[in-house]
Amino acid sequence: MNLTSLLALIVSSTLVYSAPLILASLGGVYSENSGIVNIGLEGIMTIGAFTSIIFNLTFAQDFGAATPWLGALVGAIFGLIFSLLHAFATINLHADHIISGTVLNLLAPPLGVFLIKAIYEKGQTPNITANFGYTNIPGLADIPVIGKVFFTNTSAPAWLAIIITVLLWWILYKTRIGLRLRSTGENPQAADTLGVNVYKMRYIGVLTSGFMAGLGGAVFAQSISGNFSISTIVGQGFMALAAVIFGKWNPIGAMLSSLFFGFAQSLSIIGNQLPGFEKIPTVYMQIAPYVITIVVLVVFLGKSVAPAAAGVNYIKSK
Amino acid sequence: MIKVSAKTKRYLVPIISVIAGFLIGAIIMLIWSYNPITAYSSMFASALGNMNGLGETIREATPLIFTAVGFAIASKAGFFNIGLPGQAQAGWLTSVWIVLANPTLPKYILLPLAILAGALAGAIVAGIAGFLRAYFGTNEVITTIMLNYIVLYLCQYLMQQVMPESLRNGADTTKDIPANGSLHLDWLSHLFGDSRINAGIFLGIGAILIYWFLMKKTTVGFEIKAVGLNPFASRYAGISAKKNIILSMLLSGGFAGIGGVVQGLGTYQNYFTQTSSINIGWDGLSVALLGNSTAIGILIASLLFSILKIGGLGMQTVAGVPYEIVSIVIAAIIFFIAIKYVFELLFAVNKTASYKHPLKKGTEIGPNNGVDGPNIKLQKEGPVL
Repeated sequence: MNLTSLLALIVSSTLVYSAPLILASLGGVYSENSGIVNIGLEGIMTIGAFTSIIFNLTFAQDFGAATPWLGALVGAIFGLIFSLLHAFATINLHADHIISGTVLNLLAPPLGVFLIKAIYEKGQTPNITANFGYTNIPGLADIPVIGKVFFTNTSAPAWLAIIITVLLWWILYKTRIGLRLRSTGENPQAADTLGVNVYKMRYIGVLTSGFMAGLGGAVFAQSISGNFSISTIVGQGFMALAAVIFGKWNPIGAMLSSLFFGFAQSLSIIGNQLPGFEKIPTVYMQIAPYVITIVVLVVFLGKSVAPAAAGVNYIKSK
Repeated sequence: MIKVSAKTKRYLVPIISVIAGFLIGAIIMLIWSYNPITAYSSMFASALGNMNGLGETIREATPLIFTAVGFAIASKAGFFNIGLPGQAQAGWLTSVWIVLANPTLPKYILLPLAILAGALAGAIVAGIAGFLRAYFGTNEVITTIMLNYIVLYLCQYLMQQVMPESLRNGADTTKDIPANGSLHLDWLSHLFGDSRINAGIFLGIGAILIYWFLMKKTTVGFEIKAVGLNPFASRYAGISAKKNIILSMLLSGGFAGIGGVVQGLGTYQNYFTQTSSINIGWDGLSVALLGNSTAIGILIASLLFSILKIGGLGMQTVAGVPYEIVSIVIAAIIFFIAIKYVFELLFAVNKTASYKHPLKKGTEIGPNNGVDGPNIKLQKEGPVL
């Protein structure tokens, strides 16, 4: 294996495994910046994965190659609907963010499997035929070396996720709505005094997280797992949450952390094809994202990087 | 708005949440044209209607009691220990490993040793989160979530790569444990129709009593509760917040670890590879939330969830309803517990009933001079301070 194809293998598998993490962690960034802690990303991803697979299986013959993209959109929309539960519970009904998020995680897998059993009469779906697969990005793929490594046989959802990252970063830091969103996560009282609708901003934050995590789950299901069962989404949501923290609650940071975690995940899978990596037990790659997150949290001590009011309910006085 | 006393309200929240949870389950069943009445009646019949079902229900409740007590201790200290699955898993693997590695030790040494080792393993896992919280202020929710996955993959690695092959059957299951390391009791199992009920339930009842005694009657429990209610005031009163944070997490993880031990030495008699966070952790969390972290509440809630989980198996065969409806009902119940603010809107506390004036007629409260506090009883003709 020459260097170019070795790099191409590493880059493409990193991108495949990063795409769902990038998307879901962007959602986490928005939710936390609006002041609502969302540990339910895992559950929302499950719903996204489940609905996209159902859509894909049902409509693959009608839409052909567009099916996985439409499936991703369906997953995102259902993720958004599912996150309404969390938004309503935490914003309007003052529920504890952690408990409400846990409910999403407890509810999503059995709900998915229940419906799968009701529809297909068995515990997991058949494999989908129309998946994301690998794409050559037109134009860019012809660049020498770089085109071969980054844009040939690559993951289109990952590049889309990177573009979305830049867009969401711009919205969060360069627009009025982004400033308002962040203000409700830092100091909702002050924001309210200045006429910002705190509830509305927090709804935007949580629903964005629902949409993005649903999208992430759908991308994972349609590019990696290929079907839906109880064990389709196992830990990806929590890894996305880790990426939010490692990325210091910033979209760009979350994307870079997701790429790193995706790299660690893909190493545990393609590691035996890479010279020098065969000897390392995969367990180190598997636990790396989680260990790093704890270390980062400890190192960040005293630096206020998290939104100050994340996890605090805002109760408007009468 | 309905007026109730504060005490009634405490009971109303969980009771209404349970009823509402069952209703949500019924609605979902109706939408997919299953019959909820057949489903629920077959559920209760198979969980409670025969000795085997009853034994399995009690057996299912045993680990939940431990994990719920673990969650409750941490939550009294103000922490959300979401790492119960990892802590229980660490306890499970450790205890099974100890027993398998020392099959010749006499039972009265081996069994306590394995249980304590399991508790220690759980305590270490939780203790990491406690230590980081106490000394670095690290959010324990995040650390315990991350620890769940670290433990999950470490246990896979330890069992498949490190454990000697002589203790395993293939890559994914250990050998069954010998009788002198087992919690299995022949007479108890026979009494309950040859179910897997085991001595763990006696340990579980012990755990409930210890928890009650610890929280209500000891200085340790008082300090943990004080730190949970107000760490700053506790520190002012000379209670070390750091010490109690770590202690509560160690105790919490220790109990969760024994929950795993009961699974290993009682229910399954072995350890097998886990691919996701183990259920008793999440269910224990739900039990503690439903039981409002009280001793009696945990006992009742653990039995209720076990009825659901064991009865759900019968429901699947008799009524043909997918088993997952059980987990949906449990999640719905916890959702209603989470939105207890709704109950604040529905029920008002009847203040005259709950806050009776503590002083007898004829005594007066003196002026509050800010030094001795307001509660100085004065005689009618006494000197004015």
